[in-house]
Amino acid sequence: MSRGAFRLSWDKSILLLLILLVLFGGMNNEYFATGDNVNFILGDISEIMLIAFPMALLIIVKEIDLSVASSLTLASALCGVTWQATGSIWVAVLAGIMTGVACGLLNGLLVTRLGLSSLAVTIGTLALYRGLCYVALGDTPIADFPTEFTDLGYTPIAGTFLPWVVVPMVVAGIVFWYVLHGTRFGRWLFAIGQGDEAAEFSGIPVLRVKLWLFILTGLMCGIAGIGYTVRFASSSPDGALGFELLVIAAVLFGGVAIAGGVGTIWGVIAAVLIWGFSQSYLQLIGWDANALVIVSGVLLLLSVTIPRLLGALRESVAQRTFRPKGTEGAPPPPGEGVAEHSPAGAGHDQGSHRG
Amino acid sequence: MAQPLLRISDASKRFGGVQALDRASLVVHEGEVVGLLGENGAGKSTLVKTLAGLHQLDAGVIELDGRSFRQGNPRLAREQGVAIIYQEPSLFPDLTLAENVFVGRQPKSGGRVDWSQMRARTASLFADLGIDLDPGRLARGLSIADQQMVEIVKALSLDARLIIMDEPSAALTNAEVERLLGVARRLRDQGRGVIYISHRLEEVFQVCDSVTVMRDGATVASAPIAEVDTAQIVRWMVGREITEMFPKVPAQIGEVILSVEGLSSTGEFHDISFEVRRGEIVALAGLVGSGRSEVVRAIFGIDPITSGTITMAGTRLSRHTPSRAMAAGISLVPEDRRLQGLLMPASIAHNTALTVLRRLRRAGLVRIGAERRLAEEWATTLRLRYASIDDPVERLSGGNQQKVVLSKWLATSPRLLIVDEPTRGIDVGTKAEVHRLLSEQAAAGMAVLMVSSDLPEVLGMADRILVMREGRLVDEISRADATQERVMTAAAGAAA
Repeated sequence: MSRGAFRLSWDKSILLLLILLVLFGGMNNEYFATGDNVNFILGDISEIMLIAFPMALLIIVKEIDLSVASSLTLASALCGVTWQATGSIWVAVLAGIMTGVACGLLNGLLVTRLGLSSLAVTIGTLALYRGLCYVALGDTPIADFPTEFTDLGYTPIAGTFLPWVVVPMVVAGIVFWYVLHGTRFGRWLFAIGQGDEAAEFSGIPVLRVKLWLFILTGLMCGIAGIGYTVRFASSSPDGALGFELLVIAAVLFGGVAIAGGVGTIWGVIAAVLIWGFSQSYLQLIGWDANALVIVSGVLLLLSVTIPRLLGALRESVAQRTFRPKGTEGAPPPPGEGVAEHSPAGAGHDQGSHRG
Repeated sequence: MAQPLLRISDASKRFGGVQALDRASLVVHEGEVVGLLGENGAGKSTLVKTLAGLHQLDAGVIELDGRSFRQGNPRLAREQGVAIIYQEPSLFPDLTLAENVFVGRQPKSGGRVDWSQMRARTASLFADLGIDLDPGRLARGLSIADQQMVEIVKALSLDARLIIMDEPSAALTNAEVERLLGVARRLRDQGRGVIYISHRLEEVFQVCDSVTVMRDGATVASAPIAEVDTAQIVRWMVGREITEMFPKVPAQIGEVILSVEGLSSTGEFHDISFEVRRGEIVALAGLVGSGRSEVVRAIFGIDPITSGTITMAGTRLSRHTPSRAMAAGISLVPEDRRLQGLLMPASIAHNTALTVLRRLRRAGLVRIGAERRLAEEWATTLRLRYASIDDPVERLSGGNQQKVVLSKWLATSPRLLIVDEPTRGIDVGTKAEVHRLLSEQAAAGMAVLMVSSDLPEVLGMADRILVMREGRLVDEISRADATQERVMTAAAGAAA
């Protein structure tokens, strides 16, 4: 009954939830399952999906990036400014993506070279990058992008109802799935999350891996920033506010353990889709847009409480009836594990202190 | 003797498919130190955890002071007078020692904590045991040995009748072990009962009045210490004769594999130079804290060096990192198995393959089948006891975990194998297997550098012994000239 095995069943259950949600929505609302609506939903979730992939990898190695929304907006801003300055949309797109990479690089250097906590660093750069958006754009958004560029935001791919932003999403999904679950690099990520010291003693360049993950996160923010610019046909300094929390909520709901070392890409994909479809359904049945924020909050809370409740239930059942195969070296159920290295009597209070 | 302080009879406990305790028995009298011995997995820990209130027996009787012991509740266990001293105590680092002793039940006067009384009572308890520590200092930075002393004092402040020391000496220096044994004797003289668990039989003979040996969950034998010898205890523990504890295979010693010159790291070690040759086992001896582990960590590229050179088979290593060390043919089995050696929640297969993933790839993908086959082959070679290769290593016993660490490093086919305390905390049977393995690897042409605090191990295994003291190499002793006295004298300095 390892954590991995349990998490796997969590992934499966949210996939089931996604299917039930789509069926339920489709049966109860005639517009829900139409091509137009799915087109809209896929566009709406595209930035979250693109950034949730690298965020999942960061959380697996016990790091986090809270500056993703600001990085995305700064990428969009620099894309707009470059468009105005050069008149070349290709140069502008490149500038936007490189801005994202630069944001990630700075985060990564601060975390890995100076040994700072990524939580603290990225709270700082969250504010810094947002501030730079205002410096770059002033108070006025840039909205004079060429129409062939902004049309990509909603025109479907010829012969389908799918928006063009599906392309980077699908490509990224395949690449991230392959990297995390197939390659040596993916194994390294889980190893770092499960024991960073043991990982280092096994020859894994822990800091370099983390630096690359931050750069990768920046790259995906840059790409998402371009997508955002396309879809909203503008660069504005106050775009994507609070977006980082949606991304993190989706990643955790997708079964990535906040304590690191556990997670799957398809869990993350399912979680983002659940978020998108549930938002759409609630909008269709007439919920207020502001009330929809509640959904994200509830999903996040569910994602952290349900596994814990199930785990506690399972442990209490396990303790009464059976224990997994093993000898004395078998892992004690939680609570016991805490007390194991503390004096028997004070196990409870000391354990919670250390924990 | 009168009625015993503790009497356990017919204790049985099953965890799933494993019979952890099988009608085990144990008797401890007042004023007696009982050595509780057995291999990893013999059932000692389950018995101790039951007394700590963490497990409930399926069957059997526990009597403490003639009364039935109420099980399954740590607080109740403490109130009934049982205290456990663990190998790694867990004090609150930011509280004073006095606060740690009285945590949760600070003496009060007028509704407020009476700090001076708390401090005075702690000081007097320290004095009773001859412990030279300031009750007002913070626990942070205290050595493990001193932390254990604070835990013992805490047990006394609770008026514990039965004190269980669960492998307390594993991480202590020799002087600290001496002090610990002194305290155990003092507790005995106060009329308390002590259960002393250790893999080090010398300590057991020094301090225990009787021994109880467990195997496969059952009690195999109990006897007064005067009536047994080491060979007898080992026979009881493993259920067979261990012919040779240190099976040294004669090896052809060949060319220089590792050469270290003038290696220094500020504050850690200074001007270390030595060589290790093909087929040779070189031991790095010395007290804990003398810089041995730091030297081997630097050779493996974990810790930085300030000056000096490391040369592997004639090639000087520069910009040294663990992955470069591995590429040069160096493996390190680190000191801390749980933290540095293994990913505890990961499977045996993943742990074994972690160092050789590059080799297991096809088109960039790690081949799961090849990974499992590799792990299974090593598990067979090292006689690993496991249920499934996909089981997390945290389910294995300490000795079996160490075998997984050895697998993972032998799988890289190193030219130099460094082992840091290779047999710490593992049972006699597995220990002999590890020694045989090291010997065979050396005979097959590997160079072995072994850090060890276990003197019989050093003397039994090494072709050459290097002794460190306070960060410097102070002696080099050939196998023929090596004696315990000579190594200890060099390690402890002129004072010893």
